[in-house]
Amino acid sequence: MSDANDDDLDLTTLDDDDLVQQMHDDLYDGLAEEIDEGVRILLGRGWPPDKVLGNALVDGMTVVGIDFRDGILFVPEVLMAANAMKAGMAVLRPLLAETGAKPVGKMVIGTVKGDIHDIGKNLVGMMMEGAGFEVIDIGINNPVQNYLDALDEHKPEILGMSALLTTTMPYMKVVIETLEQKGIRDDYVILVGGAPLNEEFGKAVGADAYCRDAATAVETAKRLVAAKREASAHQAVIG
Amino acid sequence: MTNTLLSSASREVVIGFEQPFVIIGERINPTGRKLLAAEMKAGDFSRVEADALAQVAAGAQVLDVNAGIPLADEPGILAETIRRVQAVTDVPLSIDSSVIEALAAGLAAYEGRPLLNSVTGEDESLERVLPLVSKHSCAVVAISNDETGISEDIDVRFEVAKKIVQRAADHGIPASDVVVDPLVMPVGALNDAGRKAMQLIRRLRTELKVNTTCGASNISFGLPNRNGLNGVFLAMAAGAGMTSAITNPLHGEVMLAVRGANVMLGRDPECRRWMQAYREPNPDAGAGRERRRSNRRRA
Repeated sequence: MSDANDDDLDLTTLDDDDLVQQMHDDLYDGLAEEIDEGVRILLGRGWPPDKVLGNALVDGMTVVGIDFRDGILFVPEVLMAANAMKAGMAVLRPLLAETGAKPVGKMVIGTVKGDIHDIGKNLVGMMMEGAGFEVIDIGINNPVQNYLDALDEHKPEILGMSALLTTTMPYMKVVIETLEQKGIRDDYVILVGGAPLNEEFGKAVGADAYCRDAATAVETAKRLVAAKREASAHQAVIG
Repeated sequence: MTNTLLSSASREVVIGFEQPFVIIGERINPTGRKLLAAEMKAGDFSRVEADALAQVAAGAQVLDVNAGIPLADEPGILAETIRRVQAVTDVPLSIDSSVIEALAAGLAAYEGRPLLNSVTGEDESLERVLPLVSKHSCAVVAISNDETGISEDIDVRFEVAKKIVQRAADHGIPASDVVVDPLVMPVGALNDAGRKAMQLIRRLRTELKVNTTCGASNISFGLPNRNGLNGVFLAMAAGAGMTSAITNPLHGEVMLAVRGANVMLGRDPECRRWMQAYREPNPDAGAGRERRRSNRRRA
């Protein structure tokens, strides 16, 4: 950024590898216009949209996620990076839909009933999108029915619930028990988070994992979704 | 001029427009403190007691006490925590829970006139918490959100605060016993959160004429040098009219900011507290001489 020449950098002059590298840097620096341009250049060179997403955007956001987790990047920088990612996704999303490319995974996320906190949930949503997940954010103050409706409509692999109050966090258990009663609990990887929670609480309410921050949520989601897919593939073979 | 009186069995503290800024120590709170949570749950209060003493020594005039531990008997633990803290220190306490039964248990265990933390603008909260405040004739923290969430529009948050003050009046609770928390949002996520907080604090003081408090460290969420930023926020908030904050007195930046704000706002007569905190000890002065001087000043 301190290099004055960066301002004059013509992305079209870079070969594919250098351009992808530059896009990782631009994501890191939260440069939305440059990401938009880079995505268009790669598509113009005949890259399939899912390759642009994976190699240029998701790999770039992985670095952002790691540096955020390690305290090298801070919230405003992560928000800017997510915003740049969003600019790239705006170009890619219609093309991805056309080609029928599958996202890394899908997540429904929302803050539980009685709780109106959303900054942590929003950060998780953005980092998950950055990792290539499709995120459906159902907002704050969600009764069980909202979760059921969203799960039914969007058929995600992951359900994420957030709570910031000791009074509202037990509601996670209500949601999970309802899913159990309906016999659909095991259809989803359930992740929970929020300041007053801990691992023990996550286990007690029957979640698959408690995630203490946004970067952990992404890592955990990737790991558990992969494990779940492997398990169901295995089952399909022996079943 | 608005004064909110808090007390323990033997000490009174006033949060007020013309009073020194009141630091409410935030440390006795198991949220995010794994070890403390485990100890409190197991009935070991040694860390709670040490935290209480350390915060008072650092300059806290009130201590917030929270026992929000997942899967634990919050009412029972909160009541016991209050008894333990009141046994080792005489500062008034802020009884902090979002569980109504815990607030009730805390009030029953408390000696004196506490600050009850908190009521929100949600109807259920108003209907359950205000009768407790009225019954125990204590003061209450009013958080300016309602069922619809935390509005980014400070006019909406002001109206929520106003509604709580009016509903409190219906229960016979004077506005002077309602300490409004304007809700400080992270400036790293919402860039004008600091400016909006100042505007709201000013309106709460001049129009609603209430004392104010806030969880100050939220302002710096996700940023480096949080203590430094918290300190700057506190000094500016005090300048805008905030009269107390729930924060960590063990951070030098926080105490520096609050002591400095007291000096600048004329709440530290003859700059005595400032000098007491920051005077470089005279290496030539004997202990006897130091003692004589402090005796004379107190007289």
